Amino acid sequence: MAKKVPIQLMLNGEDRAEFVDSGATLLTVLRERFDDTSPKGGCHQGTCGACSVLVDGELRLSCLTLAEACEGQSIETTAGLAKEGVLHPLQRVFLDGFAAQCGFCTPGMIMAAKALLDHTPNPSREDVVEALSGNICRCTGYEPIINAVLAAARANSHNAA
Amino acid sequence: MMRLAKEYFADQRDDDLKQLGVGLQRSDVPGHVTGKTTYFADRNFPRMLHLKMVRSPHHHARIRSIDTSEAEKHPGVARVLTHKDVPHNVYTILILIQVGPEDEQVLAADKVRWKGEAVVAVLADSERAANEAAAKVKVDYEVLPAVFDMDEALAPGAPLVNEYHGNNYYTYDSGSHRKVRFGDVEQGFAQADFVLEETYRSSPIEQAPTETTGCIAVPEGNDRFTCYTNTQAMFFTLDNTSIILQMPGHKLHFVGGTVGGGFGGKVDVTVEPIAILAAKLTGRPVSFIYTREEEMQISSPRAAEKIVIKDGVMKDGRIVARYVKGYTDAGAYSRHSPYGAQKGAAHYPGPYTIPNVWADTYCVYTNRTPSSAMRGFGVTIADFALEVQMDKLARLISMDPLEFRFINAYRDGDMKAHRQPTEGAALIECMQEASKAANWPVAEKFLKMSSYKET
Repeated sequence: MAKKVPIQLMLNGEDRAEFVDSGATLLTVLRERFDDTSPKGGCHQGTCGACSVLVDGELRLSCLTLAEACEGQSIETTAGLAKEGVLHPLQRVFLDGFAAQCGFCTPGMIMAAKALLDHTPNPSREDVVEALSGNICRCTGYEPIINAVLAAARANSHNAA
Repeated sequence: MMRLAKEYFADQRDDDLKQLGVGLQRSDVPGHVTGKTTYFADRNFPRMLHLKMVRSPHHHARIRSIDTSEAEKHPGVARVLTHKDVPHNVYTILILIQVGPEDEQVLAADKVRWKGEAVVAVLADSERAANEAAAKVKVDYEVLPAVFDMDEALAPGAPLVNEYHGNNYYTYDSGSHRKVRFGDVEQGFAQADFVLEETYRSSPIEQAPTETTGCIAVPEGNDRFTCYTNTQAMFFTLDNTSIILQMPGHKLHFVGGTVGGGFGGKVDVTVEPIAILAAKLTGRPVSFIYTREEEMQISSPRAAEKIVIKDGVMKDGRIVARYVKGYTDAGAYSRHSPYGAQKGAAHYPGPYTIPNVWADTYCVYTNRTPSSAMRGFGVTIADFALEVQMDKLARLISMDPLEFRFINAYRDGDMKAHRQPTEGAALIECMQEASKAANWPVAEKFLKMSSYKET
């Protein structure tokens, strides 16, 4: 039997604690222990980006991150972006801009985009392409996705002005 | 920019096309952007077992013995399944539409015919325990000669890939291949100004969905089994599972839903029967999900094809004869390939009206990964070959390749080689738009042509 270890972290602003298998990935713990299935497992080897989450504001592949290493840290996932039923601006532009097809890559794409816009509020198209380069959309809907992120950035700067 | 060309076929329609050009929100996208869409694996069940498949490391081998004793003793292992546990261990997907024979074992009993074939299923409390125990399964193989090339597979003396077929090709009711015979192809070639024969080949293509193939099977209190699956072929899968498990369909409750990409790669019946069997024999929920490695190497790709096309063409641009031999590499088992090869037979004239056609298509068995459906299988690679051939023919007679296609384009009422009259053709209109959009001018007479009326 795998050794259980206690883990306490902030998940989308909520204080959560659980006993988890030592050595379990953050992806597995989020999905199986914390009931947040918004990060997806597409490859479990760090190549597809479907499991992307933010750990203390930094973009991480949760399939390659040990849950134990996230003790006391703040985790953000797509499931926590909408506040009181109001979509986050990135969710809104993905919805309005037809930036999702099968949807499996969408939560990871949105978190990768959030990591970009949190650091770089006015990105160039090249910045967006670079920021999403670790996230595979096999339906190949990249153009609407890139355009959606640029639209979110424009809306941001408009609101700030 | 998109232009809506509603003027085309205006006198053929009684609708107003008012939805065209109007954005409409997809009904599933709110779930996608909030992470609330439920894919099959977004479910947790208490005491769920993880299934790990032990697969053949050889392309072709006889199984001398299978020893699961060490795997069964591994901590966390609940059960190990072999061919002896499967009620009806041989199947073929299209038996449901009378395309037999059953030619593939669910868990290999006596032979493996491709590298990756399922042999033993290990069920354990965790993925890790299942993987560790799977490594302890001992299978003794006698390696046999393998064949990977369709020409070699069809040559005399080739190793026999699949005993259920007896030959390295699928036997149709028309014999070793599907046949299309239309007009007099020899007379057509005799009349032609030029004859061009070319051979086209393609490799297998993996669909590579981001969500890998998988399912979760759950035993219910009422002696039924619920199977959450990302299959693209719900009823093919349910009915084949019913046959394999010798279990009436009303005991099987299949729950589909949003699929994380399929592209044809999820129409085979590969995970559900064994997961449901495991759930039945253990009384516990069972998760069987392909790893990324399995998705890329085990799930069936688009078939490799070889296509030989010989065309007779006149200096004025008319194609007067076409002779085709098409070969579809099914890999070791039929799956959907006999159907794909048959589709090709009907498709080889392409969207062109050719008065004399002879097409033979073969579904060939090799020791490669079984191939199956992917986006227009049977016609997509054919279209690649046909359109490259069209360009070569145009060059041969020094004609503009687009004008060459106008001359040969099929039109409503034309009889196709497989005896279906052409209806609702729109090739000419599409090419007229393409000519403008690509700034590739063609003679005025082609812009006045119509698919459905004399001009």
